[in-house]
Amino acid sequence: MHRPLLIENARIVDPASNADFSGAVLVENGVIADIAQGALPGAPDKCRRIDAKGLVLAPGLIDMRVFTGEPGHEYRETLQSAGRAAAAGGVTSMLVMPDTQPVIDDGALVEFIARHAAATTCVNVLPSAAITKGTEGCELTEFGLLREAGAVCFTEGRKSLQSAAVMRAAMIYATNFDAPIVHLPLEASLAADGVMNAGPLATFRGLKGIAVEAETIPLDRDLQLALATGARYHAAQISTARAAEIAEAYKGRSAGVSVGVSINALCLNENDVGSYRTFFKLAPPLRSEDDRLALVEALRTGVIDTIHSDHDPQDSEVKRQPFADAAIGAIGLETLLPAALRLHHAGDVDLMTLLRAMTVRPAEILGLDAGRIARGAPADLCLIDPDYPWIVEEATIRSRSRNTTFENARMTGKVMLTIVGGKVVFEEDAAA
Amino acid sequence: MARRQPEHPDGPKGAFLPFRHRHLLGIAQLNPVEIIDLIDRAEAMIPISRQQKTLPNLAGKTQINLFFENSTRTQASFEIAGKRLGATVMNMAVNTSSVAKGETLVDTAATLNAMQPDAIVVRHGSSGAVELLSQKVGCAVVNAGDGAHEHPTQALLDALTIRRHKGRLNGLTIAICGDIANSRVARSNLILLGAMQARTRVIAPKSLLPRGVEQMASEVFTDMREGLRGADVVMMLRLQNERASGKLIPSVREYYRFYGLDAEKLAHANADALVMHPGPMNRGVEIDPAVADGPQSVITEQVEMGVAVRMAVLDALLDKEGEDA
Repeated sequence: MHRPLLIENARIVDPASNADFSGAVLVENGVIADIAQGALPGAPDKCRRIDAKGLVLAPGLIDMRVFTGEPGHEYRETLQSAGRAAAAGGVTSMLVMPDTQPVIDDGALVEFIARHAAATTCVNVLPSAAITKGTEGCELTEFGLLREAGAVCFTEGRKSLQSAAVMRAAMIYATNFDAPIVHLPLEASLAADGVMNAGPLATFRGLKGIAVEAETIPLDRDLQLALATGARYHAAQISTARAAEIAEAYKGRSAGVSVGVSINALCLNENDVGSYRTFFKLAPPLRSEDDRLALVEALRTGVIDTIHSDHDPQDSEVKRQPFADAAIGAIGLETLLPAALRLHHAGDVDLMTLLRAMTVRPAEILGLDAGRIARGAPADLCLIDPDYPWIVEEATIRSRSRNTTFENARMTGKVMLTIVGGKVVFEEDAAA
Repeated sequence: MARRQPEHPDGPKGAFLPFRHRHLLGIAQLNPVEIIDLIDRAEAMIPISRQQKTLPNLAGKTQINLFFENSTRTQASFEIAGKRLGATVMNMAVNTSSVAKGETLVDTAATLNAMQPDAIVVRHGSSGAVELLSQKVGCAVVNAGDGAHEHPTQALLDALTIRRHKGRLNGLTIAICGDIANSRVARSNLILLGAMQARTRVIAPKSLLPRGVEQMASEVFTDMREGLRGADVVMMLRLQNERASGKLIPSVREYYRFYGLDAEKLAHANADALVMHPGPMNRGVEIDPAVADGPQSVITEQVEMGVAVRMAVLDALLDKEGEDA
């Protein structure tokens, strides 16, 4: 086992208990052994002492939407390289999406992900499984067997279930295993061949738009079905003000529904597409500034539960294309927290709320014993300097792909130290 | 500002502004003074083009026409324009269906660039593709149409044609009618005519009007007769046959009834209104043959002006000797 670890002089911020105090945390045998306000007496002599110098000690982040290239497209990203990026971003657990090649729709494949991740990856990898075989939207996968194999939730990843009947069947069946359905609402017939937010900007650029209704209609459908079936349903990510309104209306009526948002939707808008910049081609597309502001407000008021990176590595070959032909997606594990801190520094959302959306809320939704600083909890922690100034540089990105929406962005705040299961997996050079 | 007198006796007379752009990717990159300057340059090219003379301005220079979409007319126009300026012109047709899309774009750009051309004229089916290509080559790039984005030389030749008949662009009421949503010709024209202080109107069924079009045009009409009232120029757009297959437009005959330009609808415009079409025309779909060939039509003249405009654009981009770097 690793040496015990004593983190002293930390500002401990734990959204699960709404606690924010200066104190110390003792980590032993992979779990949080003790917590104290002020100094912690009686720590073992042999332990490694880390002076946090007043920096924020938070639960490690849980990222609910991560794509890697493994299996199938390892040149884009492996679980190992994604894990390194995650560690550098303070992400201690990542939910990996099942739309790989092959699609994770069989127990053996879930076991492969879990086993391979344990052997290669320095953070916790949470496998998800497809809702339908091959994510083809027709036949349900073996929820029970997949659950036994370790699937944390069921999702179609980038895809969206078009059939209401299949969604209803999936929700009903998932309740047998109390398994959450995580789903991206997107009506394909309305999105059609759209590539960015529908509006004047798309018109001016000569690009086909994706209307707001392509998101709101299936979201409304899913929420109605979730209410009717009693299923645990998490809208993977929403992008519009109207979707936030719809979610708010349903959330008052069921504790089992929750909503996620990508950090990109909170920090960027359609104007960032600029002159056909394909790194900003995302699904759902970046929307208007009014939508972004509405999402920030929805996060602040708790309508939106979780923030994730939507980490989706794509190589330059598929990104260096005309906008309509380019691949969708951007990486984000390393920049998730620093970008979220922009909302904190801007005074839009307080630090506790931001951290809650990246720690204890994902843990609750996925039913994980994680995301909190408490005695006996897994020692997944990150030490954050909220005021550390730095610039995102392509050369230092740990991910195998470079398609970041924050290239050359000025950031305030960074993860200085990341601990997974009691082991230090990342330490910024400048850190204590 | 440095001005240049063309040295050749047959060359365009008058002085023009140095063209400060490396590429012509769209009308949006030009300011009103530059637009007028390009139209002036094109006007000066008309006698050369008419007499089928050749200027030596681009002698020894290589122009590649790279067309990812078929367009006999535009390609021929650019080829003749280059040849009348003495350039060596090579045509490269790339059939997008036979090659993996896009992959070839950056690859093709690198390959062509290695052959050291002086200009590449590009047409591509994706908006922004020409700009992307321009970032990967060391020579001048002319956009000959990219997706539903821009077709700058078409807008310039339309403006030249209008100005020759009306003597001006500012203050004219110009109605653009048809598939606005999918038309790069409409976009480039709306930008150019807006910059020239013309009163622009778009006329189309709602299903062919893009969102936010009211930010690009002065007025938006769904009723063609209303939209044509008082118009000095009527620009018709080509309706792609696939649009009239029931998804956006129920049928061709319904479209023609409400948006086809016939003598009766044209009568709502000013008596001396010009009738224009970027070609190729669908006679009987968006325009009555009698109107297309009628006394108000300047459609053939547009084609002629196309060569002059393309000569002017190539000359402005390539013949920069003697100008301030």
